[in-house]
Amino acid sequence: MLQVSLYRYNPETDEAPYMQDVQVDTGGKDLMVLDVLELLKAQDPTLTYRRSCREGVCGSDGLNMNGKNGLACITPISEVIRGGKLVLRPLPGLPVIRDLVVDMSLFYKQYEKVRPYLINDEPEPAIERLQSPEDRAKLDGLYECILCACCSTACPSFWWNPDRFIGPSGLLQAYRFLADSRDTATESRLAELDDPFSVFRCHGIQNCVSVCPKGLNPTRAIGHIRGMLLKRAS
Amino acid sequence: MVTAVTNFGRSGLSDWLIQRITALVLLAYMLVLGGIVLFGGEVTYESWRGLFSQTWMRIFTLAAMLSIAAHAWIGLWAVSTDYLTERLMGPKGNVLRLIFQAVVVAALFVYVVWGIQILWG
Ligand code: SF4
Ligand code: SF4
Ligand code: FES
Repeated sequence: MLQVSLYRYNPETDEAPYMQDVQVDTGGKDLMVLDVLELLKAQDPTLTYRRSCREGVCGSDGLNMNGKNGLACITPISEVIRGGKLVLRPLPGLPVIRDLVVDMSLFYKQYEKVRPYLINDEPEPAIERLQSPEDRAKLDGLYECILCACCSTACPSFWWNPDRFIGPSGLLQAYRFLADSRDTATESRLAELDDPFSVFRCHGIQNCVSVCPKGLNPTRAIGHIRGMLLKRAS
Repeated sequence: MVTAVTNFGRSGLSDWLIQRITALVLLAYMLVLGGIVLFGGEVTYESWRGLFSQTWMRIFTLAAMLSIAAHAWIGLWAVSTDYLTERLMGPKGNVLRLIFQAVVVAALFVYVVWGIQILWG
């Protein structure tokens, strides 16, 4: 039997969140954490969490597993379990709606701020805007983000100022469009980032890098943004 | 809400740059002072006084003092806007943050003026 400690909170019946100890039979297999949750939900249908693709693509099931953020569906129990116990909590720093489900509004707000779409004020070409393979390669390691929020909710700077610091996820996307050869809004994008909070609250702790389930590196992207701001100012 | 009116420079970038430049000034100052203490022979009242009566040392020391003030202000401003906030403490966070920032400014101001007095006194 696998020992699981679960964060439970139902705002309609519970005054405060609590940790619930439960056991589940995994049949001795090294299941993914999401499989464990599915088994637990069969035992207790009130258990609430988000999931969709169950293969690390949709970004719905970001959780804090034994203290580390990650996607439940692609994290084997053996990778996170400590002391024979699996401890599951919601992503830290965001308001909890119920059990393992958090309110992502602040996270999306920061994403929206960076205008995560191509802006181009030049006349539209007949077929499509072309990009050289070299320019296209600059977007590698940026476009793959699935907005799971594992990084931003592992970042202390985002915990303290989620309304003003864009956070690693949003900044990775900000750089994705700053780096795109087809985007013509570089100057206004940079102007929007040059305050003491949006970018400069990053202190380079790299929590974001260590948790990203897609192996992306927001800290490096943030460094590139800083470099662009520096170049723009000098 | 935490706003940025009390930050040091004009922008996040200037704060960031000042933070790095002042750190370099402080590093250079510590290395020079450390070198003098380690390799400059015995430290006596006369030798120390002689050192600090030279113009380059006075200017260097003044630069170091101003660097400490700027560096400390930027750093502590960031700390106060992380932890002493309405989000973490409710409305009293705003009051506490302003008090904290006022105390820091006052202390740094006193240090700089006092330091100048010692140097040129
Ligand atoms: S490197 Fe920056 S963005 Fe990443 S966790 Fe640290 S402070 Fe947050
Ligand atoms: S950068 Fe990685 S951890 Fe952050 S939201 Fe994107 S995929 Fe998730
Ligand atoms: S369920 Fe889609 S990423 Fe895990």
